[in-house]
Amino acid sequence: METLLFYPVALLAVLSGFLVVKCKNPVHSALALVLTFFCLALLYVALHAPFMAAIQIIVYAGAIMVLIMFVIMLLNLGTAVTTRTTHAVLGGVVCGLLVLFTSYHFISKSEVTGASGEMTAAVVEQVGHTELIGQALFTQFLLPFEIASILLLVAIVGAVVLAKREV
Amino acid sequence: MIHQYLGLSAILFALGTYGVLTRRNAIVIFMCIELMLNAVNLSFIALSHHLGNIDGQIFVFFVMTVAAAEAAVGLALMITFFRNKESIDVDDVNLLKW
Repeated sequence: METLLFYPVALLAVLSGFLVVKCKNPVHSALALVLTFFCLALLYVALHAPFMAAIQIIVYAGAIMVLIMFVIMLLNLGTAVTTRTTHAVLGGVVCGLLVLFTSYHFISKSEVTGASGEMTAAVVEQVGHTELIGQALFTQFLLPFEIASILLLVAIVGAVVLAKREV
Repeated sequence: MIHQYLGLSAILFALGTYGVLTRRNAIVIFMCIELMLNAVNLSFIALSHHLGNIDGQIFVFFVMTVAAAEAAVGLALMITFFRNKESIDVDDVNLLKW
């Protein structure tokens, strides 16, 4: 069942990821990216992480992509026909393939082992994924959580200061 | 099943790398960075599921927080740059170039 879900969704994710890179019009790229986010959210559900799927859709596909679309339309960017020179594209291809082959090597030549923890799928089903995340965030990861809130505050202030008309 | 998830993550990350290195539009580069962040998130969640440990998903939570902050500041920078240069082509960002 998981395999049956995985392959079509993975194919769709790769295709839309390719469209993000290849579309001339930034708006089309953004829409393809939204499709990639939805595919990844489906995979998160298959991995027994429904809360992550929810915030993937709400934060990424919702908030961040709306912000990006807003800026694209605010700046009124046409379809940029200018492309990089051949050697830059070649460098990009080489670097992308290098990353792909390195990770393929590490994945295929190694076993993912290690002590299996107590958060199995059955426990997550029984207790509830959101509850487990909340418990971990407010006990073990309380300090990083507070630092993240300060980071968001700084980002808000920084964005306002940067985008103000007369700095 | 973990290998397939990690393989998909690697493919998406490589696509993002390719996009960052070849595109010139700053917003498209930004979206390719988001694609790379999402590829990493996928491997975090797949490994978290595989190892039966919730910590990887907490990491994903923080990656999303940082991505949101990055989106806000990055897009504000692009608006400021567009106001000065009437373009967001990264080849025009050469103010600090020696």
